[in-house]
Amino acid sequence: MKKLTLSFITLALAGVSNAAFADTLRMECPISPGGKEYCKYVKDRFEKQTSNKLEFIEFPAASDEKLALLQQLFAAKDEKAVDLFQSDTIWVGLLDKQTLDLTDAVGDMKGDFFPGPWANDTVNGKVKAVPAYLDTGVLYYRKDLLEKYNEQPPKTWEELTRIATKIQEEERKAGHKNFWGMIFQGKSYEGLTCNALEWIDSYGGGTFIDEKGNVTVNNPKAAAALDMVAGWMGKITPKGALGYKEEESRAVFQNGDALFMRNWPYAYLLSQGADSPLKGKVGVAPLPAGLDGKSANALGGWQWSVNANTKNKDAAIALLKILTDADSQKMQLKYLGFAPTRSALYEDKAVLETAPHLTMFKDIFANAVPRPATATKSQYPRVSNAIFNVTFKVLNGSSDGKTAVADLQKRLERVKGKDWH
Amino acid sequence: MKITRRQRKFGHSLVIFVGATCAVLFCVFPFYYAIITSLRTGQELFLPAYLPSGYHWSNYVTALVDNGIARSLLNSVLVATITVGICLLVSITASFALARVPFRGRKFLLFTILCVSMFPQVAVLTGMFELVRFLGLYDSLGALVLSYTTFSLPFTVWVLTTFMKSIPVELEEAAIVDGAKTWTIIRRVFAPILAPALVTTGLLAFIGAWNEFMFALTFIISGDKRTVPVAISMFSGASTFELPWGSIMAASVVVTLPIIVLVLIFQKRIVSGLTSGAIKG
Amino acid sequence: MAHTGYQQRRRRIAWILVAPALLLLALAAGWPLVRTFFFSFTNAMLDNPSEYQMVGLANYYATHDGSSSGVLVDPLWWQAVGNTLWFTVVSVGIELFLGMLLALLMNQKFRGQGLVRTAILVPWAIPTIVSAKMWGWMFHDQYGVVNDLLAKIFGYQAHLAWIAEPSLSMWAVVIADVWKTTPFMALMLLAALQLIPNDLYEAARVDGASPWQRFKRITLPLIMPAMIVALIFRVMDAMRIFDLIFVLTSNSEATMSVSGYAREQIISYQDMGMGSAASVLVFMMVAGIAACFIRVSRLNEKEKR
Repeated sequence: MKKLTLSFITLALAGVSNAAFADTLRMECPISPGGKEYCKYVKDRFEKQTSNKLEFIEFPAASDEKLALLQQLFAAKDEKAVDLFQSDTIWVGLLDKQTLDLTDAVGDMKGDFFPGPWANDTVNGKVKAVPAYLDTGVLYYRKDLLEKYNEQPPKTWEELTRIATKIQEEERKAGHKNFWGMIFQGKSYEGLTCNALEWIDSYGGGTFIDEKGNVTVNNPKAAAALDMVAGWMGKITPKGALGYKEEESRAVFQNGDALFMRNWPYAYLLSQGADSPLKGKVGVAPLPAGLDGKSANALGGWQWSVNANTKNKDAAIALLKILTDADSQKMQLKYLGFAPTRSALYEDKAVLETAPHLTMFKDIFANAVPRPATATKSQYPRVSNAIFNVTFKVLNGSSDGKTAVADLQKRLERVKGKDWH
Repeated sequence: MKITRRQRKFGHSLVIFVGATCAVLFCVFPFYYAIITSLRTGQELFLPAYLPSGYHWSNYVTALVDNGIARSLLNSVLVATITVGICLLVSITASFALARVPFRGRKFLLFTILCVSMFPQVAVLTGMFELVRFLGLYDSLGALVLSYTTFSLPFTVWVLTTFMKSIPVELEEAAIVDGAKTWTIIRRVFAPILAPALVTTGLLAFIGAWNEFMFALTFIISGDKRTVPVAISMFSGASTFELPWGSIMAASVVVTLPIIVLVLIFQKRIVSGLTSGAIKG
Repeated sequence: MAHTGYQQRRRRIAWILVAPALLLLALAAGWPLVRTFFFSFTNAMLDNPSEYQMVGLANYYATHDGSSSGVLVDPLWWQAVGNTLWFTVVSVGIELFLGMLLALLMNQKFRGQGLVRTAILVPWAIPTIVSAKMWGWMFHDQYGVVNDLLAKIFGYQAHLAWIAEPSLSMWAVVIADVWKTTPFMALMLLAALQLIPNDLYEAARVDGASPWQRFKRITLPLIMPAMIVALIFRVMDAMRIFDLIFVLTSNSEATMSVSGYAREQIISYQDMGMGSAASVLVFMMVAGIAACFIRVSRLNEKEKR
């Protein structure tokens, strides 16, 4: 009788410990069309490779709603919420305390990825996220119009202003009354910070805050950059651009009412869609350079991060490795249209056959400039807020470049206090 | 020239007709625009148009099939109905006491109840989240019912109290003379007269709960328990920047239709039969 | 004051009748509200609310090293207060006027009145996140319906930058809000109009009173209590407006509301302390305004007696 009970207990214990190894991980599944197929692919691979199960949860599309939700979940220390999620480029420093240190697990993959995004995802020397897909600002232009007026895609902002003014005038004389030269995102939100970064950095005015954390924005080049853009308002850019986010600006360009547009790569595929009036008429180029000859494109995109409170660190790392290897990135491109972050894939013939537009973007991706989010850690929202509000004032006409950058310098230094934390 | 009775009547009807047309146009035009937009696709979405140019039902297919808006409709209906049901039930008795019985602390109580709705929603979010997790209601529709009572209950209590106050005391005294107990008074005398107020309050509170977004987003994480506003926020195009405007409009039309049906059913009750014998007799 | 046994019984029953509502509210709202007050005296951060220190009134107002900090010293806060008060007065004023007209209209008997009543509730029924974005597109300067209609009906060709200009954008918010919440006012006022017995109107008409006199002497006084309750709730909601402004103008400082300020502190900046302090200040403002309305209402009641 005693022997039976003992063997029963051993069996039971063995059963329990076996069950304990099969954990359920929760991962964010992208909600874009094609997301479900991609997630199924990941789930099949993961469940075959490890004995764990994978569940999916969805987050809202809008960036700030997603961040707010994530923060509530972290505040509640709910480990059941999500183990792997996609972090916006600017959240890596912000979520430093909530994400797992991945240096030991994936540090060796550094060379496979573009250096810009990888550096952005490294906080204080620790790898906190792995780049999932890339996005940068690019300049769109109307190939057909530039041909018609015998111009080349501009390499400097001065050229852009000249070409835009000329062609806008000609087109309006020819009867196209609502035509504008240059469109960008001017609303008071993160997108304006990206635009401002591109203008100021291409003029040699720095990136607001350098990697060491010093505030560098109060310089005449930055002021000149802002003044240049302020000079566009009402002339080659409609005043309403100060109310545009990405979709509103794409609407103007895609309807054929703009010559140049600064936007993210997603607009390219949409402009070549079957019913688009711009099919075959759109070209893509790096953003123009400023007086000192450098072109700057803001870095965007999303990164995979692991919840620091995850119950099964090994399973999470295994899943992360699956998500970020070359095959996954190819699937990601196929189902979701997301540009890969592994540099080798841009030379891969099979990949380029399915997505020929990637060749256009490769060099632009390689030179992307990140916003100063990682250096400013959890205070980046205040930094960004100061940047876009001051920029908005300049573009609005209520301030000029010189006063604005001095004002911005003071504000940023007040936010910084003794140091960024 | 004296205005004849007939002319006055005609003038009266004309004013009503013009007024009604303006009101309906003003209120319904954006919704009409949403319907038109939901029937267009792709490039056409960006240009203003006032008549449907074709009938692309694909947006509706996307909304219903790919994004499961039907399931979230059910969840929303459930949550809103239960919330309003509980609030109205509790409010009828409370408002009777607050309107009819002079007791100490009545005014203070009323004001305190009102104060609950005075905080910005974002501030109580964290505290509410803690409460929901403590009660084990996280990721369940019960969490929503609980949190929606915080803004529905003050509203229903106050409105019903106000309407109770306007019912003449004679009615109640007559019933008391007839020997009716308090509960009977409420049931037989007040409730019928209060019907329009009840329906109006119920409708407004229902729609308030129907539209709520912040709590619904934070307290529910499973896809199949989502309510309508959160489900709509999950619509995404191929990239996070793209807004599939056509299918969002289609989803909005789909979720507004049940409410319109609800209002059509109940709108007769918004108007009371004040000629009911209670007062005249 | 005679304490008859009956009165005492009624009072006891009254407390029993009110108890369920009070209990429900205490359960649902008690903890969150207490926490908000509590957080306003700490320096807690959103992602880690359990680690904090008590800082007294520092979130409201504090001075150190010659400079002051806290919500009450932040110029952005006062700008938000100004924006919110302007919005509340303008928006609720328009809604009251239009709502009254609509209620009077719906109170009449005419063919198709059911459809009109239903149509009027449509704006209130569309989810706010959808209608806000919809108005955002309708106010687009190049392709929006609003500018298009202005051009077609009034011949006004200029593409007004509704969303980009801070002054215009506040009006855009008002228009969208009036569209959305006039039904609420109209319905509340209609329910109040329903309680007025027709005999009163008949008697007045027989006495030769004009429509305006009937409105002023009979309608207004009798619906005043309900009107004031509707106003109180509308003012409370208008003071806490957030969604419309956020969707139409994002995080622009020029058009921020007090709720937007609190949200920015809590969610964008993770600062639970400042955000909760701002929320408590919002509460105090709203409570003050509501108290004024209630006093007016009580005076009004006393007059009637």
